[in-house]
Amino acid sequence: MSLSVDIEKRLGSFHLQVQLEAGDEVTALLGASGCGKSMTLKCIAGIVRPDRGRIVLNDRVLFDSEQGVDLPPQKRRMGYLFQQYALFPNMTVEKNILCAIREGTAAEKRRTLAEALERFRLEGLERQYPRQLSGGQQQRVALARILCSRPEIILLDEPFSALDSYLKYQLELELSDQLSAFQGPILWVSHDRGEVFRNCRRVCVLDRGASQGTVTLEELFHRPATEAAAQLSGCKNYADAVPQGDAVLLPQWGLTLSCGRAVPADTRRVGIRAHHVRPAEGGENAFPVRVLRVVEDVFSTIVLLRPEGAAEGVPPLRMELDKETWQAISGREKLTVSVQAEDILLLRPSGERPKEDV
Amino acid sequence: MDWFPLWNSLRVAAISTVIIFFAGVFAAYYIARLPRLVKGVLDVVLTLPLVLPPTVIGYLLLRLLGPKRVVGAWVLETFGIKLVMTWWSAIFSTTVVIFPLMYRTVRGAFEAFDETLAYSGQTLGLSNTYIFWRIRMPCCRQGVLAGMVLSFARALGEYGATSMIAGYTPGRTATISTTVYQLWQTNNDALAMKWVLVNLAISAVVLLTVNMLERRDFLVEGGRRRRRA
Repeated sequence: MSLSVDIEKRLGSFHLQVQLEAGDEVTALLGASGCGKSMTLKCIAGIVRPDRGRIVLNDRVLFDSEQGVDLPPQKRRMGYLFQQYALFPNMTVEKNILCAIREGTAAEKRRTLAEALERFRLEGLERQYPRQLSGGQQQRVALARILCSRPEIILLDEPFSALDSYLKYQLELELSDQLSAFQGPILWVSHDRGEVFRNCRRVCVLDRGASQGTVTLEELFHRPATEAAAQLSGCKNYADAVPQGDAVLLPQWGLTLSCGRAVPADTRRVGIRAHHVRPAEGGENAFPVRVLRVVEDVFSTIVLLRPEGAAEGVPPLRMELDKETWQAISGREKLTVSVQAEDILLLRPSGERPKEDV
Repeated sequence: MDWFPLWNSLRVAAISTVIIFFAGVFAAYYIARLPRLVKGVLDVVLTLPLVLPPTVIGYLLLRLLGPKRVVGAWVLETFGIKLVMTWWSAIFSTTVVIFPLMYRTVRGAFEAFDETLAYSGQTLGLSNTYIFWRIRMPCCRQGVLAGMVLSFARALGEYGATSMIAGYTPGRTATISTTVYQLWQTNNDALAMKWVLVNLAISAVVLLTVNMLERRDFLVEGGRRRRRA
């Protein structure tokens, strides 16, 4: 089973342009807030109508602007888990679930309900109203309700945005257990790279309304292709770059770093993760820096550095060390640091896709 | 004491409230979906009766429904029914006067309704009719009921437009308000006072009902959802 989306929508000055493919696995739609993730889900679910494009789910055309196909949400068979769960406040848990069961006689519906209540550990809560439930219980009701409507795909819109982090972690484990039984594509919208890393197999990065292609987790975290993707994967340091064979020239830092591989001609920026900057005595890619500031984080120390050759006004280089390593060298005003050649992320401008993807 | 004016006032108010329930709810629902400019214009037009003097409304209605006017003449000719100076004439005037009250109150309630509930219902396969009557209306019940009670009260007290279009015929078109005026005109103070007391009693009950609706969390939940972690 699969979902294929290629849509475009203009909303004032905002231009949404999304292409993505999702198979029988959990695919993340990752992007900063306001980049159009929720709007994309709404278009897929049929709540918002795209200006043009095509949406196909398991060979069923749900939307096609050229053929004039636009199925209403009721006929798309998509389970949509809304951010605040959207349980009907005027109905009990039981009725919330029952109203979503589409097929069968009254007795069969009752049986489906009973199974769902058991599976989602909601027994005893049948007569409660949504406002009487905890966040976790609400989420379970919402999920039970969605699965009872027998969807062909599940759409999750920031499932944990309403919860605090302690609760969130437990619920995340629970949700991934419950989702594991689902046969079909799952689209998981998130802005949290940790959540994506723990729960998803593939990732589609969305940057200011434009999708950046679907990649595997491995590709996103080890070889992000654009600065937007690198930022979402948690990379903190960026500089303009000029490709020079196997190396890059970084004019802002006054450095040339070896990359150990041929640098693609469309490389415009490099990204360096804060924990890939290490104190060194010398060797490949070692360069002198000045310590600007030291910030103690919860479990690590963040040191803001300025490469000796850096131009005025360039943002500082961020180095992240465990506290012991920093203890050993702290107090020095000047240091030598290095970056492994393979740790340098070569980035092309966001929004431009390489030719082979088109 | 002849209780006809009470009975007449009650039936006129009840019928116009039922009409206004459907008219107000559907106007509020569909107008909220229109483009902003059209919505703004319709808002002004539909709220006009709230600020116009009832006599102006009565005058306009007479111009429209009178036996020699466009609509009135046509209805008289086609169905043989007179639209003015009958007990049901008052329904026209009260309906027009109370429409804005209902429309405004219901629109406020609908605007507070969380649209994602409707989207969620749609993705679950529920029909739009089901969503409207079983989710949207129950969630907005407080506002809709308050609008109906207020409209009913206003209809009961309508005087200006009603007296113009239905006149005052004892036992036929008399309502509480036109009766009070008539009794005062004819120096029948004692009876006028009785009707004033009846009116006060009804108004008190209505206001108590409105307060109860607003204060008590008597329905499961208002339109807005409460967030709980």
